[in-house]
Amino acid sequence: MIDIGLIGDLYVFVLAGFLGYQVISRVSPLLHTPLMSATNAISGISLVGSLVVAGAGHSQVSTALGVIAVVASTINVMGGFLITDRILKMFKSRR
Amino acid sequence: MARDVLQLLYLISAILFILGLRGLSHPKSARRGMFLAEAGMLLAIIGTLLHHEIIDYKWIAAGLVLGTLIGVPMAICIPMTAVPQRTALSHSFGALAASLVGISEYSRHGAALGSVRVGVIGIEVMLGSLTFTGSLMAAGKLQGLIRGYPITYRGQNLANLGLLAGTLALIVALMFTPAASPLFYTIVGLAFLFGVLLVLPIGAADMPVLIALLNSYAGLADAAMGFMLDNKIQIITGSLDGSSGFILSISMCRAMNRSITNVLFGAFGQIQEQPAGELDAKKPVKQLSIDEAAEVLGTARSVIFVPGYGMAVSQAQHRVRELADALKNKGAEVRYGIHAVAGRMPGHMNVLLAEANVPYDELYDMDQINSYFPETDVVVVVGANDVVNPAAKRTPGSPIYGMPILEVEKARVVIVCKRSLAPGFAGIDNELYYGDHTSMLFGDAKETMVKLATALKQ
Repeated sequence: MIDIGLIGDLYVFVLAGFLGYQVISRVSPLLHTPLMSATNAISGISLVGSLVVAGAGHSQVSTALGVIAVVASTINVMGGFLITDRILKMFKSRR
Repeated sequence: MARDVLQLLYLISAILFILGLRGLSHPKSARRGMFLAEAGMLLAIIGTLLHHEIIDYKWIAAGLVLGTLIGVPMAICIPMTAVPQRTALSHSFGALAASLVGISEYSRHGAALGSVRVGVIGIEVMLGSLTFTGSLMAAGKLQGLIRGYPITYRGQNLANLGLLAGTLALIVALMFTPAASPLFYTIVGLAFLFGVLLVLPIGAADMPVLIALLNSYAGLADAAMGFMLDNKIQIITGSLDGSSGFILSISMCRAMNRSITNVLFGAFGQIQEQPAGELDAKKPVKQLSIDEAAEVLGTARSVIFVPGYGMAVSQAQHRVRELADALKNKGAEVRYGIHAVAGRMPGHMNVLLAEANVPYDELYDMDQINSYFPETDVVVVVGANDVVNPAAKRTPGSPIYGMPILEVEKARVVIVCKRSLAPGFAGIDNELYYGDHTSMLFGDAKETMVKLATALKQ
């Protein structure tokens, strides 16, 4: 009834969630703000889905919505990585 | 064949993202980690641009350019104090993308998707739309465009829960009648509305939890988009984001000894009517002049600064560090004690102090710093309030009772820099101010720091 692709996706989702829990738990509380901007930046991966919707040329509505999604995701990718680096550059150790 | 290559590229990107996040476990490895994540993103984007379904690059190029033109200046120009607003805005952009792509897919395929995928799209647009408006509201509250105090009305929680249940019911109904597009657009509308209503009763002091929670929702919306497009890289990133936001919101809640439900529905931080007699019965507070305070600080061997949101508001972080430098020149050891919920987002104070060139080995979190207070000569509280309120330990029935706090009153002298005796965001009086070895230093945090540093150098 449910296609097999969806079940496979569910596997990936759940296992990535556990992995995320392990990795994020080890992030230093010092860096919780850059962690948020870094996850913002990589959440810009929605760009890959948006690109296909915007470029497939299905219909005008579909293209318009896709282009707005491309703009929104690009803001996150560019802005997210830039500000994360700006923040991380400021963290210096005592010399 | 081409499709397999693309999937392999995505796999490499996913590995690079995970390695990138792992780099954040220490400031030393953090920038290198982010470089890996950036490389992963570049790979994924280039791979996707070569995707066989893409036939028209004109609009894509326009979108990429416009997004860059908006995103880059925003990241370069905003002051560090505005990072919470930027983060909230960025959640709203991510969520908007997920929502719009969902709408686009439904408008294109409609009932042909079958009930399961229509259900997935329903979840995607619901999460995307409510996170979009919710994050805009949060950004508005953080920027001061919408007032920070909780906005409440009778039956609010019931109305919100009813709206959520209604939206979920419509998604189920849509799964049975996938062709019913009015149903679909009603779900979108209700989710937009729900996002606004969800954030109305949440006060400014709870923003760290709210932002983390919206981070989690934005991640889940992204994952749902991955499910719909059968795109594993989006599922993995969405899942990572979702768990990151979830872990942060849990740790913020723990730092306040409150549950997520209480944060979402408790309307914490309303102005409470204080019984008049209770305030009057308090002992008067001790006040210091700048010179007296400088004298106390001048003889201190060890000093701990406790910053709070007030420091961010008056942009006093650089002046705090200058005062710390003056103290170090006199031979004092300086530390900073940082509560997890000080400020408006997780880690807010660390970023501001790092911006002011405070080395990160002088920044201590609550568990580390509490053992230092008993052997410390002077604690300087700059714009922190509820996180140092001993009522959290002593007064059962206080709204913040049970919240873990920075135990500043154990130090020999506590100097509190504050504008007035006004209560903090929890809306309650602070017993610390009336303590035996507490002295108040009234005035703007920034000016006070400058004056103290000047007085110390003389």
